[in-house]
Amino acid sequence: MQPIIEIRGLEKTYASGFQALKGVDLDIPRGEILALLGPNGAGKTTLISIVCGIVRATAGSVTVDGHDIVRDWRAARSLIGLVPQELTTEAFESVWATVSFSRGLFGKPPNPAVIERILKDLSLWEKRDTKVMALSGGMKRRVLIAKALSHEPRILFLDEPTAGVDVELRRGMWEMIGRLRESGVTIILTTHYIEEAEEMADSIGVISGGRIVLVEKKAALMEKLGKRLLTLNLQNPLEAIPAELAGYPLTLSEDGRELVYRFDNQQERTGIAGLLRKLGDHGITYTNLRTEESSLEEIFVSLVKERA
Amino acid sequence: MNLHAIKAIYIFEMARTWRTLFQSIAGPVISTSLYFIVFGAAIGGRFAAVEGVSYGAFLVPGLVMMSVLTESVSNASFGIYMPRYSGTIYEVLSAPISAFETVIGYVGAAATKSIVLGTLILLTARLFVDFSIAHPVWMVAFLVLTSVTFSLLGFILGVWADGWEKLQIVPMLIVTPLAFLGGSFYSVSMLPPFWQNVTLFNPVVYLVSGFRWSFYGAADVPVALSLAMTALMLVICLAVVWWIFRTGYKLKN
Repeated sequence: MQPIIEIRGLEKTYASGFQALKGVDLDIPRGEILALLGPNGAGKTTLISIVCGIVRATAGSVTVDGHDIVRDWRAARSLIGLVPQELTTEAFESVWATVSFSRGLFGKPPNPAVIERILKDLSLWEKRDTKVMALSGGMKRRVLIAKALSHEPRILFLDEPTAGVDVELRRGMWEMIGRLRESGVTIILTTHYIEEAEEMADSIGVISGGRIVLVEKKAALMEKLGKRLLTLNLQNPLEAIPAELAGYPLTLSEDGRELVYRFDNQQERTGIAGLLRKLGDHGITYTNLRTEESSLEEIFVSLVKERA
Repeated sequence: MNLHAIKAIYIFEMARTWRTLFQSIAGPVISTSLYFIVFGAAIGGRFAAVEGVSYGAFLVPGLVMMSVLTESVSNASFGIYMPRYSGTIYEVLSAPISAFETVIGYVGAAATKSIVLGTLILLTARLFVDFSIAHPVWMVAFLVLTSVTFSLLGFILGVWADGWEKLQIVPMLIVTPLAFLGGSFYSVSMLPPFWQNVTLFNPVVYLVSGFRWSFYGAADVPVALSLAMTALMLVICLAVVWWIFRTGYKLKN
């Protein structure tokens, strides 16, 4: 299936001379959730801003569902909803008025039923007549999401959607994003919370220093890069790793009670069986054993570090 | 043409007018009434008739013009500066709406407000002085042209300004003096010859003169020249607005 967004050779140099994007190529699959991870200043927001038409690219091209964002901007933009990172809201307007305004701005005829459903989905219905400035930060964030959804976009950009949002609300937002995905909306979110990407995304893109470092299906990424650890709790502490076991990548904890074995998930022979047999041969007994997978966070940190 | 977007901006901007009805309408109406009381009723009686009309009646077109052009600048500049200041401009920039449509929405709302204000001042003036309108169609034409032109100027100002101070400084240092010296209170022919020539560099003179002509049939400068100058200002403002959107000046990085 053709990707819904195709980005080719995208570059951006700001007037200050700062080069925010250094040739980005990215395909965003239709109907998926793509999480764009990257440290501050990596170019996440610049990338989103160019696709949405807020920032002009220095070079390169972007098409949205086949529409070039420069030549065919009207068609491209009608498909996109944007939730910006900053809480930029009108102050004196009611929630209802500001969300209805957004719908009109994107060229859709008024439809109170749609606005009502969106406000109810976001638990804003009770606040529809309240002025935006009287709302809490979390509610303002939801107003921004309601504005972005008001014209029923096919693609939703969420720039740090849960920054400064409490845990409970964050869960609620994840659920809402999941429902949107089920209805066929493609979602691109940037985040600092790896947990968020791990929880929701179908694909993960890592951007660092203005370049896309990697884009991969989440599961494949975890498989490919995920190292597993086998931890054994020893019955009797060891002073050192026996010489016979030197061939294994083992580490011993300081108190000598824990033996950690690193193995690669990808390989057919993990070497666990052989290791356990050798331990038995040497009379090393253990009370417990557990395996863990390295988290996306560890993967991310190691990726960004490699680049730096 | 994204008509829904134009309508959305227009309604949104007009809603701001209703919300701030008192300061946006009552303020100018009250201050104009004060001008009539002071210059028309109190002092005006001692003045000879100017160009064949009483001084009070002579004041009416000038005062309407003065309020309309200062309010147009202030409304339109505020209308576009506010979303730039609060950051909500992102939405307009990311929407499928062209520069032309954006300007129709914002400038249309500001101009509408000015036209309503001008009409209200005219009605208020009727309470103080007796006047007639010789060419009502031209009167409306000048009122609309001026409202639109100065709303465009305000739009440009609102895009240019980086802070509240800059937003205030142009109306205070340029628009208001030009309006005061634009022949609202006097006929250009009352000035010494040197100042008559200097005054001809003030664009407001042509507006006031043309507008006054539509009331009383007498003018400081030929009415065709007034019309041409107003149209020229409109074209200049349109060109600047076009350039702003073309280059993304202060709107897009």
